[in-house]
Amino acid sequence: MRLTMKWRRREEAMMKALMVASLAVILLFLAGIIFVIVSRGARALSWSMIVQTPKGGYYLGGGGGIANAIVGSLYLTLGASIISVLLSLPIAFALQREYVPRAVANLTRLALDVLWGTPSIVYGAFGFVVMVYLGLRASLLGGIIALSLLMLPIMTRAMEEVIRMIPLQLKEIAYSLGATRIETTLHVVLRQALPGIVTAAMLAFGRGIGDAASILFTAGYTDYIPHSLLDPAASLPLAVFFQIGTPIKEVQDRAYASALILLIVILVVNLFSRFMSLRFSRHNVR
Amino acid sequence: MRWRYLKDRGNTAGMKAALIFANSLFFLMLIGLYYKSRPILALKSLSHLLGSSVWLPTQGQFGFYPFIVGTVEVTLIAMILAVPTCLLAAVWLAEYSSRRFREALRVVIDLMAGIPSVIYGLFGVIVIVPLVRDVGRALGRQTTGYTLLAGGVILAVMVAPIIISVSVEVLRAVPMEARETSLALGITKWAAVRHVLFKSARHGLLSAVVLGFARAFGETIAVLMVVGNVARVPHSLFDPAYPLPALIANNYGEMMSIPLYDSALMLAALILLVVVGVFHMVAHLALYRMEKGS
Repeated sequence: MRLTMKWRRREEAMMKALMVASLAVILLFLAGIIFVIVSRGARALSWSMIVQTPKGGYYLGGGGGIANAIVGSLYLTLGASIISVLLSLPIAFALQREYVPRAVANLTRLALDVLWGTPSIVYGAFGFVVMVYLGLRASLLGGIIALSLLMLPIMTRAMEEVIRMIPLQLKEIAYSLGATRIETTLHVVLRQALPGIVTAAMLAFGRGIGDAASILFTAGYTDYIPHSLLDPAASLPLAVFFQIGTPIKEVQDRAYASALILLIVILVVNLFSRFMSLRFSRHNVR
Repeated sequence: MRWRYLKDRGNTAGMKAALIFANSLFFLMLIGLYYKSRPILALKSLSHLLGSSVWLPTQGQFGFYPFIVGTVEVTLIAMILAVPTCLLAAVWLAEYSSRRFREALRVVIDLMAGIPSVIYGLFGVIVIVPLVRDVGRALGRQTTGYTLLAGGVILAVMVAPIIISVSVEVLRAVPMEARETSLALGITKWAAVRHVLFKSARHGLLSAVVLGFARAFGETIAVLMVVGNVARVPHSLFDPAYPLPALIANNYGEMMSIPLYDSALMLAALILLVVVGVFHMVAHLALYRMEKGS
Protein backbone atom coordinates (compact mmCIF):
# COMPACT_ATOMS: atom_id res chain seq x y z
CA MET A 1 0.00 0.00 0.00
CA ARG A 2 1.35 3.39 -0.90
CA LEU A 3 0.84 6.11 1.62
CA THR A 4 1.04 9.74 0.82
CA MET A 5 3.55 11.88 2.63
CA LYS A 6 0.73 13.90 4.12
CA TRP A 7 -0.78 10.80 5.68
CA ARG A 8 2.57 9.73 7.09
CA ARG A 9 3.12 13.10 8.68
CA ARG A 10 -0.30 12.90 10.24
CA GLU A 11 0.45 9.43 11.59
CA GLU A 12 3.72 10.68 13.02
CA ALA A 13 2.04 13.61 14.75
CA MET A 14 -0.71 11.40 16.10
CA MET A 15 1.66 8.79 17.51
CA LYS A 16 3.79 11.50 19.06
CA ALA A 17 0.76 12.98 20.75
CA LEU A 18 -0.22 9.54 22.03
CA MET A 19 3.27 8.97 23.45
CA VAL A 20 3.32 12.29 25.26
CA ALA A 21 -0.17 11.62 26.56
CA SER A 22 0.88 8.18 27.85
CA LEU A 23 3.85 9.61 29.65
CA ALA A 24 1.70 12.40 31.05
CA VAL A 25 -0.86 9.91 32.39
CA ILE A 26 1.84 7.92 34.18
CA LEU A 27 3.45 11.01 35.66
CA LEU A 28 0.03 12.30 36.63
CA PHE A 29 -0.59 9.14 38.63
CA LEU A 30 2.72 9.59 40.44
CA ALA A 31 1.96 13.23 41.17
CA GLY A 32 -1.53 12.26 42.28
CA ILE A 33 -0.21 9.64 44.69
CA ILE A 34 2.24 12.04 46.27
CA PHE A 35 -0.29 14.85 46.39
CA VAL A 36 -3.01 12.73 47.99
CA ILE A 37 -0.71 11.22 50.62
CA VAL A 38 0.90 14.54 51.48
CA SER A 39 -2.29 16.57 51.63
CA ARG A 40 -4.27 14.01 53.61
CA GLY A 41 -1.35 12.96 55.78
CA ALA A 42 -0.20 16.45 56.70
CA ARG A 43 -3.64 17.25 58.12
CA ALA A 44 -3.53 14.30 60.52
CA LEU A 45 0.16 14.41 61.34
CA SER A 46 1.13 15.69 64.76
CA TRP A 47 4.10 15.49 67.06
CA SER A 48 2.34 13.10 69.44
CA MET A 49 1.80 10.70 66.51
CA ILE A 50 5.54 10.38 66.13
CA VAL A 51 6.70 10.16 69.73
CA GLN A 52 3.91 8.26 71.51
CA THR A 53 2.94 4.63 71.43
CA PRO A 54 -0.79 3.78 71.12
CA LYS A 55 -2.77 4.43 74.28
CA GLY A 56 -5.93 2.66 75.39
CA GLY A 57 -8.65 2.88 72.74
CA TYR A 58 -6.22 4.10 70.10
CA TYR A 59 -7.89 2.05 67.40
CA LEU A 60 -11.24 3.56 68.37
CA GLY A 61 -9.92 7.09 68.00
CA GLY A 62 -8.19 7.43 71.38
CA GLY A 63 -4.86 9.16 72.02
CA GLY A 64 -1.38 8.04 71.27
CA GLY A 65 0.82 7.62 68.20
CA ILE A 66 2.72 5.19 66.10
CA ALA A 67 6.15 5.38 67.73
CA ASN A 68 5.90 1.60 68.08
CA ALA A 69 5.66 1.22 64.31
CA ILE A 70 8.40 3.74 63.55
CA VAL A 71 10.86 2.16 65.97
CA GLY A 72 9.76 -1.35 64.97
CA SER A 73 10.32 -0.60 61.29
CA LEU A 74 13.76 0.83 61.99
CA TYR A 75 14.75 -2.17 64.11
CA LEU A 76 13.47 -4.61 61.52
CA THR A 77 15.06 -2.93 58.54
CA LEU A 78 18.36 -2.11 60.25
CA GLY A 79 18.66 -5.68 61.50
CA ALA A 80 17.84 -7.08 58.10
CA SER A 81 20.24 -4.61 56.44
CA ILE A 82 23.11 -5.78 58.64
CA ILE A 83 22.47 -9.44 57.85
CA SER A 84 22.02 -8.65 54.17
CA VAL A 85 25.26 -6.68 53.96
CA LEU A 86 27.15 -9.48 55.68
CA LEU A 87 25.79 -11.95 53.14
CA SER A 88 25.77 -9.71 50.07
CA LEU A 89 29.34 -8.48 50.26
CA PRO A 90 30.98 -11.92 50.10
CA ILE A 91 28.60 -12.96 47.31
CA ALA A 92 29.27 -9.82 45.30
CA PHE A 93 33.03 -10.22 45.81
CA ALA A 94 32.91 -13.89 44.91
CA LEU A 95 31.34 -13.02 41.56
CA GLN A 96 34.62 -11.45 40.43
CA ARG A 97 36.52 -13.15 37.68
CA GLU A 98 39.36 -14.37 39.89
CA TYR A 99 37.04 -16.37 42.11
CA VAL A 100 34.58 -18.16 39.86
CA PRO A 101 34.32 -19.00 36.15
CA ARG A 102 32.09 -16.69 34.13
CA ALA A 103 29.41 -19.35 33.66
CA VAL A 104 28.97 -19.71 37.43
CA ALA A 105 28.81 -15.94 37.83
CA ASN A 106 26.15 -15.72 35.12
CA LEU A 107 24.14 -18.49 36.74
CA THR A 108 24.29 -16.69 40.08
CA ARG A 109 23.16 -13.46 38.43
CA LEU A 110 20.17 -15.30 37.01
CA ALA A 111 19.41 -16.81 40.42
CA LEU A 112 19.59 -13.37 42.03
CA ASP A 113 17.40 -11.80 39.35
CA VAL A 114 14.78 -14.48 39.86
CA LEU A 115 14.96 -13.96 43.62
CA TRP A 116 14.60 -10.20 43.10
CA GLY A 117 11.34 -10.82 41.30
CA THR A 118 9.96 -13.29 43.83
CA PRO A 119 6.86 -11.78 45.46
CA SER A 120 7.39 -10.57 49.00
CA ILE A 121 4.45 -12.63 50.26
CA VAL A 122 6.43 -15.73 49.25
CA TYR A 123 9.34 -14.53 51.38
CA GLY A 124 6.82 -14.07 54.17
CA ALA A 125 5.51 -17.61 53.74
CA PHE A 126 9.01 -19.05 53.55
CA GLY A 127 10.06 -17.02 56.59
CA PHE A 128 7.07 -18.53 58.35
CA VAL A 129 8.20 -22.05 57.41
CA VAL A 130 11.69 -21.28 58.76
CA MET A 131 10.21 -19.88 61.96
CA VAL A 132 8.08 -22.96 62.53
CA TYR A 133 11.17 -25.08 61.90
CA LEU A 134 13.19 -23.10 64.45
CA GLY A 135 10.29 -22.98 66.91
CA LEU A 136 9.96 -19.19 66.81
CA ARG A 137 6.76 -17.18 67.16
CA ALA A 138 6.05 -13.98 65.23
CA SER A 139 8.91 -11.81 66.43
CA LEU A 140 11.47 -9.19 65.55
CA LEU A 141 13.90 -11.98 64.71
CA GLY A 142 11.42 -13.72 62.39
CA GLY A 143 10.73 -10.44 60.60
CA ILE A 144 14.44 -9.76 60.25
CA ILE A 145 15.01 -13.20 58.70
CA ALA A 146 12.25 -12.78 56.12
CA LEU A 147 13.22 -9.20 55.34
CA SER A 148 16.91 -9.94 54.97
CA LEU A 149 16.13 -12.69 52.45
CA LEU A 150 13.98 -10.20 50.53
CA MET A 151 16.73 -7.57 50.57
CA LEU A 152 19.58 -9.95 49.76
CA PRO A 153 19.14 -10.14 45.96
CA ILE A 154 18.47 -6.39 45.62
CA MET A 155 21.61 -5.53 47.55
CA THR A 156 23.87 -8.15 46.00
CA ARG A 157 22.85 -7.34 42.44
CA ALA A 158 23.40 -3.62 42.94
CA MET A 159 26.78 -4.18 44.64
CA GLU A 160 27.90 -6.56 41.97
CA GLU A 161 27.10 -4.04 39.23
CA VAL A 162 29.38 -1.53 40.95
CA ILE A 163 32.19 -4.01 41.50
CA ARG A 164 32.03 -5.07 37.86
CA MET A 165 32.62 -1.45 36.81
CA ILE A 166 36.02 -1.25 38.54
CA PRO A 167 38.82 -0.92 35.99
CA LEU A 168 40.72 -4.17 35.61
CA GLN A 169 44.07 -2.36 35.59
CA LEU A 170 43.61 -1.32 39.20
CA LYS A 171 43.35 -4.93 40.27
CA GLU A 172 46.20 -5.95 38.00
CA ILE A 173 48.46 -3.41 39.69
CA ALA A 174 47.65 -4.89 43.08
CA TYR A 175 48.28 -8.42 41.83
CA SER A 176 51.54 -7.41 40.21
CA LEU A 177 52.69 -6.12 43.58
CA GLY A 178 52.11 -9.59 44.98
CA ALA A 179 48.84 -8.97 46.83
CA THR A 180 46.60 -11.98 47.43
CA ARG A 181 43.04 -12.04 46.18
CA ILE A 182 41.54 -11.10 49.53
CA GLU A 183 44.03 -8.26 49.96
CA THR A 184 43.19 -6.91 46.53
CA THR A 185 39.49 -7.27 47.27
CA LEU A 186 39.61 -5.51 50.62
CA HIS A 187 42.14 -2.80 49.88
CA VAL A 188 41.44 -1.97 46.24
CA VAL A 189 38.01 -3.25 45.25
CA LEU A 190 36.20 -2.48 48.49
CA ARG A 191 37.66 1.00 48.71
CA GLN A 192 36.93 1.80 45.11
CA ALA A 193 33.39 0.40 45.25
CA LEU A 194 32.48 1.75 48.67
CA PRO A 195 30.18 4.59 47.49
CA GLY A 196 28.34 2.15 45.27
CA ILE A 197 28.12 -0.40 48.05
CA VAL A 198 26.62 2.16 50.41
CA THR A 199 24.14 3.18 47.72
CA ALA A 200 23.22 -0.46 47.18
CA ALA A 201 22.66 -0.96 50.89
CA MET A 202 20.45 2.12 51.07
CA LEU A 203 18.48 1.06 48.00
CA ALA A 204 17.77 -2.25 49.72
CA PHE A 205 16.97 -0.43 52.96
CA GLY A 206 14.38 1.66 51.12
CA ARG A 207 12.77 -1.45 49.66
CA GLY A 208 12.87 -3.25 52.98
CA ILE A 209 11.29 -0.53 55.07
CA GLY A 210 8.34 -0.23 52.71
CA ASP A 211 7.61 -3.91 52.44
CA ALA A 212 4.55 -5.19 54.24
CA ALA A 213 3.78 -8.64 52.90
CA SER A 214 7.00 -10.32 54.03
CA ILE A 215 6.67 -9.22 57.66
CA LEU A 216 2.93 -9.69 57.92
CA PHE A 217 3.19 -13.08 59.55
CA THR A 218 6.81 -13.13 60.55
CA ALA A 219 7.07 -9.97 62.66
CA GLY A 220 3.49 -9.75 63.87
CA TYR A 221 2.16 -6.47 65.25
CA THR A 222 2.18 -4.97 68.71
CA ASP A 223 1.41 -1.71 70.48
CA TYR A 224 4.72 -1.81 72.32
CA ILE A 225 8.27 -1.09 71.32
CA PRO A 226 10.10 -4.43 71.14
CA HIS A 227 12.70 -5.00 73.85
CA SER A 228 14.24 -8.23 72.63
CA LEU A 229 14.65 -10.11 69.38
CA LEU A 230 11.88 -12.48 70.42
CA ASP A 231 9.24 -9.78 70.96
CA PRO A 232 6.82 -9.11 68.13
CA ALA A 233 7.46 -5.84 66.32
CA ALA A 234 5.13 -3.31 64.70
CA SER A 235 6.03 -1.70 61.40
CA LEU A 236 5.04 1.39 59.42
CA PRO A 237 3.55 -0.31 56.34
CA LEU A 238 1.45 -2.57 58.51
CA ALA A 239 0.42 0.43 60.63
CA VAL A 240 -0.94 2.03 57.44
CA PHE A 241 -2.60 -1.22 56.42
CA PHE A 242 -4.33 -1.94 59.74
CA GLN A 243 -5.43 1.64 60.38
CA ILE A 244 -7.04 2.10 56.97
CA GLY A 245 -8.93 -1.13 57.58
CA THR A 246 -10.92 0.29 60.49
CA PRO A 247 -14.24 2.04 59.92
CA ILE A 248 -13.43 4.97 62.26
CA LYS A 249 -12.46 8.18 60.53
CA GLU A 250 -9.90 9.40 63.08
CA VAL A 251 -8.00 6.12 62.77
CA GLN A 252 -8.13 6.27 58.98
CA ASP A 253 -6.68 9.79 59.12
CA ARG A 254 -3.81 8.35 61.09
CA ALA A 255 -3.25 5.82 58.33
CA TYR A 256 -2.67 8.76 55.97
CA ALA A 257 -0.28 10.32 58.47
CA SER A 258 1.58 7.01 58.85
CA ALA A 259 1.82 6.71 55.08
CA LEU A 260 3.23 10.23 54.91
CA ILE A 261 5.89 9.35 57.48
CA LEU A 262 6.77 6.23 55.47
CA LEU A 263 6.92 8.21 52.23
CA ILE A 264 9.18 10.84 53.82
CA VAL A 265 11.52 8.16 55.19
CA ILE A 266 11.79 6.58 51.75
CA LEU A 267 12.32 9.88 49.96
CA VAL A 268 15.04 10.84 52.44
CA VAL A 269 16.80 7.48 52.06
CA ASN A 270 16.55 7.77 48.27
CA LEU A 271 17.91 11.31 48.08
CA PHE A 272 20.57 10.61 50.66
CA SER A 273 21.87 7.59 48.79
CA ARG A 274 22.02 9.62 45.57
CA PHE A 275 23.90 12.35 47.40
CA MET A 276 26.28 9.83 48.94
CA SER A 277 27.13 8.26 45.62
CA LEU A 278 27.82 11.68 44.10
CA ARG A 279 29.74 13.03 47.07
CA PHE A 280 31.99 10.06 47.71
CA SER A 281 32.77 8.95 44.20
CA ARG A 282 34.77 12.12 43.52
CA HIS A 283 38.03 10.61 44.66
CA ASN A 284 37.63 7.35 42.79
CA VAL A 285 40.03 6.25 40.11
CA ARG A 286 38.25 6.02 36.80
CA MET B 1 53.61 -15.33 53.62
CA ARG B 2 52.06 -18.53 54.81
CA TRP B 3 49.64 -16.61 56.99
CA ARG B 4 48.60 -14.39 54.07
CA TYR B 5 48.06 -17.46 51.94
CA LEU B 6 45.92 -19.12 54.60
CA LYS B 7 43.90 -15.94 55.03
CA ASP B 8 43.19 -15.87 51.33
CA ARG B 9 42.15 -19.52 51.35
CA GLY B 10 39.89 -19.06 54.36
CA ASN B 11 38.17 -16.02 52.93
CA THR B 12 37.70 -17.69 49.59
CA ALA B 13 35.99 -20.61 51.27
CA GLY B 14 33.67 -18.25 53.12
CA MET B 15 32.81 -16.36 49.94
CA LYS B 16 32.13 -19.56 48.04
CA ALA B 17 29.81 -20.68 50.83
CA ALA B 18 27.87 -17.41 50.52
CA LEU B 19 27.75 -17.91 46.76
CA ILE B 20 26.32 -21.39 47.18
CA PHE B 21 23.71 -19.97 49.54
CA ALA B 22 22.68 -17.38 46.95
CA ASN B 23 22.34 -20.03 44.29
CA SER B 24 20.38 -22.42 46.45
CA LEU B 25 18.04 -19.95 48.16
CA PHE B 26 15.39 -20.32 45.44
CA PHE B 27 15.49 -24.08 45.78
CA LEU B 28 15.48 -23.87 49.56
CA MET B 29 12.29 -21.84 49.33
CA LEU B 30 10.86 -24.34 46.88
CA ILE B 31 11.67 -27.26 49.17
CA GLY B 32 10.50 -25.50 52.33
CA LEU B 33 7.14 -24.55 50.86
CA TYR B 34 6.69 -27.95 49.23
CA TYR B 35 7.45 -29.66 52.53
CA LYS B 36 4.75 -27.59 54.23
CA SER B 37 2.18 -28.16 51.48
CA ARG B 38 2.68 -31.91 51.35
CA PRO B 39 -0.10 -32.76 53.87
CA ILE B 40 -2.76 -31.30 51.57
CA LEU B 41 -1.21 -32.74 48.41
CA ALA B 42 -1.25 -36.16 50.06
CA LEU B 43 -5.01 -35.94 50.53
CA LYS B 44 -6.05 -34.34 47.25
CA SER B 45 -4.60 -34.23 43.80
CA LEU B 46 -3.17 -30.98 42.54
CA SER B 47 -5.57 -30.89 39.60
CA HIS B 48 -8.52 -31.25 41.96
CA LEU B 49 -7.23 -28.45 44.17
CA LEU B 50 -6.64 -26.16 41.23
CA GLY B 51 -9.91 -26.97 39.47
CA SER B 52 -12.37 -26.89 42.34
CA SER B 53 -14.30 -23.73 43.19
CA VAL B 54 -15.40 -24.74 46.68
CA TRP B 55 -13.47 -22.86 49.37
CA LEU B 56 -14.68 -24.00 52.81
CA PRO B 57 -11.57 -24.43 54.98
CA THR B 58 -13.58 -25.46 58.05
CA GLN B 59 -14.96 -28.43 56.11
CA GLY B 60 -11.64 -29.29 54.57
CA GLN B 61 -12.63 -28.01 51.10
CA PHE B 62 -9.81 -26.13 49.42
CA GLY B 63 -10.60 -25.15 45.84
CA PHE B 64 -8.12 -22.68 44.41
CA TYR B 65 -9.95 -22.06 41.15
CA PRO B 66 -11.58 -18.70 42.04
CA PHE B 67 -8.31 -17.39 43.42
CA ILE B 68 -6.30 -18.41 40.39
CA VAL B 69 -8.89 -16.87 38.06
CA GLY B 70 -8.86 -13.74 40.22
CA THR B 71 -5.07 -13.48 40.08
CA VAL B 72 -4.89 -14.03 36.34
CA GLU B 73 -7.74 -11.64 35.54
CA VAL B 74 -6.51 -8.81 37.72
CA THR B 75 -3.04 -9.21 36.22
CA LEU B 76 -4.39 -9.27 32.68
CA ILE B 77 -6.42 -6.11 33.25
CA ALA B 78 -3.30 -4.44 34.58
CA MET B 79 -1.31 -5.52 31.56
CA ILE B 80 -3.98 -4.39 29.08
CA LEU B 81 -3.89 -0.95 30.67
CA ALA B 82 -0.16 -0.75 31.30
CA VAL B 83 1.52 -2.31 28.26
CA PRO B 84 0.44 0.10 25.49
CA THR B 85 0.78 3.14 27.74
CA CYS B 86 4.21 2.17 29.03
CA LEU B 87 5.54 1.15 25.63
CA LEU B 88 4.47 4.44 24.08
CA ALA B 89 5.99 6.36 26.96
CA ALA B 90 9.19 4.32 26.66
CA VAL B 91 9.43 4.98 22.91
CA TRP B 92 9.10 8.67 23.55
CA LEU B 93 11.76 8.60 26.26
CA ALA B 94 14.14 6.48 24.22
CA GLU B 95 13.69 8.05 20.77
CA TYR B 96 12.15 11.50 20.96
CA SER B 97 13.16 13.15 24.23
CA SER B 98 16.44 14.88 24.95
CA ARG B 99 19.10 13.08 26.91
CA ARG B 100 18.69 15.42 29.83
CA PHE B 101 14.96 14.85 30.08
CA ARG B 102 15.49 11.10 29.85
CA GLU B 103 17.99 11.17 32.72
CA ALA B 104 15.66 13.29 34.84
CA LEU B 105 12.76 10.95 34.12
CA ARG B 106 14.89 7.97 35.06
CA VAL B 107 15.25 9.41 38.56
CA VAL B 108 11.50 10.00 38.77
CA ILE B 109 10.74 6.48 37.58
CA ASP B 110 13.21 4.95 40.04
CA LEU B 111 11.45 6.90 42.73
CA MET B 112 8.10 5.56 41.54
CA ALA B 113 9.46 2.02 41.71
CA GLY B 114 10.58 2.64 45.28
CA ILE B 115 7.19 3.74 46.61
CA PRO B 116 5.90 1.02 48.95
CA SER B 117 2.93 -1.01 47.78
CA VAL B 118 0.92 -0.05 50.84
CA ILE B 119 1.01 3.57 49.64
CA TYR B 120 -0.21 2.55 46.19
CA GLY B 121 -2.95 0.65 48.00
CA LEU B 122 -3.87 3.67 50.07
CA PHE B 123 -4.07 5.80 46.93
CA GLY B 124 -6.33 3.12 45.48
CA VAL B 125 -8.64 3.23 48.47
CA ILE B 126 -8.84 7.03 48.48
CA VAL B 127 -9.04 7.76 44.76
CA ILE B 128 -9.50 4.73 42.51
CA VAL B 129 -12.13 2.81 44.45
CA PRO B 130 -14.63 5.74 44.68
CA LEU B 131 -13.98 6.49 41.02
CA VAL B 132 -14.68 2.91 39.98
CA ARG B 133 -17.80 2.89 42.15
CA ASP B 134 -19.14 6.05 40.50
CA VAL B 135 -18.36 4.78 37.02
CA GLY B 136 -19.96 1.44 37.85
CA ARG B 137 -23.08 3.11 39.18
CA ALA B 138 -23.28 5.35 36.15
CA LEU B 139 -23.27 2.17 34.08
CA GLY B 140 -26.07 0.80 36.23
CA ARG B 141 -24.12 -1.70 38.33
CA GLN B 142 -24.48 -2.17 42.04
CA THR B 143 -20.89 -2.07 43.18
CA THR B 144 -18.84 -0.97 46.17
CA GLY B 145 -15.89 0.02 44.03
CA TYR B 146 -13.71 -2.66 45.60
CA THR B 147 -13.46 -4.56 42.35
CA LEU B 148 -11.36 -6.38 39.80
CA LEU B 149 -11.09 -3.13 37.85
CA ALA B 150 -9.76 -1.13 40.82
CA GLY B 151 -7.14 -3.82 41.44
CA GLY B 152 -6.17 -3.80 37.77
CA VAL B 153 -5.76 -0.02 37.67
CA ILE B 154 -3.56 0.06 40.77
CA LEU B 155 -1.44 -2.82 39.47
CA ALA B 156 -1.06 -1.07 36.13
CA VAL B 157 0.40 1.96 37.89
CA MET B 158 2.69 -0.25 39.95
CA VAL B 159 4.17 -2.19 37.03
CA ALA B 160 4.70 0.94 34.92
CA PRO B 161 8.19 1.75 36.30
CA ILE B 162 9.48 -1.75 35.53
CA ILE B 163 8.09 -1.92 32.01
CA ILE B 164 9.24 1.61 31.17
CA SER B 165 12.77 1.32 32.55
CA VAL B 166 13.47 -2.05 30.92
CA SER B 167 11.91 -0.96 27.60
CA VAL B 168 13.88 2.29 27.46
CA GLU B 169 17.09 0.39 28.10
CA VAL B 170 16.27 -2.20 25.46
CA LEU B 171 15.38 0.45 22.86
CA ARG B 172 18.52 2.44 23.59
CA ALA B 173 20.56 -0.71 23.03
CA VAL B 174 19.46 -0.90 19.37
CA PRO B 175 22.43 0.31 17.29
CA MET B 176 22.27 3.86 15.96
CA GLU B 177 22.87 2.59 12.40
CA ALA B 178 19.49 0.89 12.39
CA ARG B 179 17.79 4.25 12.93
CA GLU B 180 20.03 6.11 10.52
CA THR B 181 19.53 3.58 7.76
CA SER B 182 15.76 3.69 8.01
CA LEU B 183 15.60 7.46 8.31
CA ALA B 184 17.87 7.77 5.29
CA LEU B 185 15.21 5.92 3.32
CA GLY B 186 12.93 8.83 3.98
CA ILE B 187 10.43 7.22 6.33
CA THR B 188 9.11 9.02 9.37
CA LYS B 189 10.51 8.45 12.83
CA TRP B 190 7.45 6.53 13.95
CA ALA B 191 7.67 4.26 10.91
CA ALA B 192 11.30 3.58 11.81
CA VAL B 193 10.27 2.76 15.37
CA ARG B 194 7.48 0.47 14.24
CA HIS B 195 9.23 -1.37 11.44
CA VAL B 196 12.85 -1.40 12.59
CA LEU B 197 13.20 -0.75 16.31
CA PHE B 198 10.27 -2.86 17.45
CA LYS B 199 11.47 -5.68 15.29
CA SER B 200 15.05 -5.72 16.47
CA ALA B 201 14.12 -5.11 20.13
CA ARG B 202 11.13 -7.45 20.23
CA HIS B 203 12.64 -10.00 22.62
CA GLY B 204 13.72 -7.29 25.01
CA LEU B 205 10.34 -5.57 24.91
CA LEU B 206 8.62 -8.88 25.48
CA SER B 207 10.88 -9.45 28.48
CA ALA B 208 9.90 -6.06 29.85
CA VAL B 209 6.25 -7.04 29.59
CA VAL B 210 6.88 -10.44 31.18
CA LEU B 211 8.72 -8.82 34.09
CA GLY B 212 5.78 -6.49 34.58
CA PHE B 213 3.40 -9.44 34.45
CA ALA B 214 5.41 -11.33 37.07
CA ARG B 215 5.45 -8.30 39.33
CA ALA B 216 1.70 -7.86 39.05
CA PHE B 217 1.06 -11.57 39.57
CA GLY B 218 2.66 -11.62 43.01
CA GLU B 219 1.74 -8.17 44.28
CA THR B 220 -0.02 -8.50 47.60
CA ILE B 221 -0.86 -5.59 49.83
CA ALA B 222 -1.92 -2.98 47.26
CA VAL B 223 -4.23 -5.43 45.50
CA LEU B 224 -5.57 -6.80 48.75
CA MET B 225 -6.63 -3.29 49.78
CA VAL B 226 -8.75 -2.53 46.70
CA VAL B 227 -9.90 -5.77 45.13
CA GLY B 228 -12.74 -6.69 47.49
CA ASN B 229 -11.63 -10.19 48.53
CA VAL B 230 -14.72 -12.29 47.81
CA ALA B 231 -13.96 -15.93 47.08
CA ARG B 232 -16.06 -16.21 43.94
CA VAL B 233 -15.13 -16.32 40.27
CA PRO B 234 -15.62 -12.72 39.06
CA HIS B 235 -17.92 -12.32 36.04
CA SER B 236 -17.41 -8.67 35.23
CA LEU B 237 -14.98 -5.84 35.80
CA PHE B 238 -17.22 -4.57 38.56
CA ASP B 239 -17.22 -7.80 40.56
CA PRO B 240 -14.90 -8.27 43.52
CA ALA B 241 -12.10 -10.80 43.14
CA TYR B 242 -9.71 -12.60 45.48
CA PRO B 243 -6.18 -13.13 44.12
CA LEU B 244 -3.86 -15.76 45.60
CA PRO B 245 -1.42 -13.38 47.36
CA ALA B 246 -4.35 -11.65 49.07
CA LEU B 247 -5.64 -15.04 50.18
CA ILE B 248 -2.36 -15.84 51.90
CA ALA B 249 -2.04 -12.43 53.50
CA ASN B 250 -5.61 -12.30 54.78
CA ASN B 251 -5.75 -15.69 56.44
CA TYR B 252 -2.45 -16.11 58.19
CA GLY B 253 -4.24 -15.40 61.49
CA GLU B 254 -6.54 -18.40 61.48
CA MET B 255 -4.42 -20.77 59.44
CA MET B 256 -2.95 -22.52 62.47
CA SER B 257 -6.32 -23.26 64.08
CA ILE B 258 -7.97 -25.08 61.15
CA PRO B 259 -6.46 -28.39 60.00
CA LEU B 260 -4.75 -28.31 56.60
CA TYR B 261 -5.37 -24.55 56.28
CA ASP B 262 -1.69 -23.66 56.71
CA SER B 263 -0.79 -26.38 54.25
CA ALA B 264 -3.20 -24.94 51.68
CA LEU B 265 -1.81 -21.42 52.09
CA MET B 266 1.76 -22.64 51.75
CA LEU B 267 0.70 -24.42 48.55
CA ALA B 268 -0.64 -21.08 47.31
CA ALA B 269 2.75 -19.50 48.07
CA LEU B 270 4.47 -22.37 46.28
CA ILE B 271 2.31 -21.80 43.18
CA LEU B 272 3.23 -18.12 43.22
CA LEU B 273 6.91 -18.90 43.61
CA VAL B 274 6.93 -21.35 40.71
CA VAL B 275 4.88 -19.22 38.30
CA VAL B 276 6.76 -16.00 38.99
CA GLY B 277 10.09 -17.83 39.01
CA VAL B 278 9.49 -19.35 35.58
CA PHE B 279 8.39 -16.01 34.11
CA HIS B 280 11.45 -14.27 35.49
CA MET B 281 13.82 -16.92 34.28
CA VAL B 282 12.48 -16.72 30.72
CA ALA B 283 12.57 -12.92 30.67
CA HIS B 284 16.06 -12.61 32.09
CA LEU B 285 17.51 -15.27 29.82
CA ALA B 286 16.14 -13.34 26.83
CA LEU B 287 17.63 -10.12 28.18
CA TYR B 288 21.05 -11.72 28.77
CA ARG B 289 21.07 -13.11 25.26
CA MET B 290 20.34 -9.68 23.90
CA GLU B 291 23.10 -8.12 26.00
CA LYS B 292 25.54 -10.63 24.64
CA GLY B 293 24.41 -10.01 21.08
CA SER B 294 24.88 -6.26 21.22
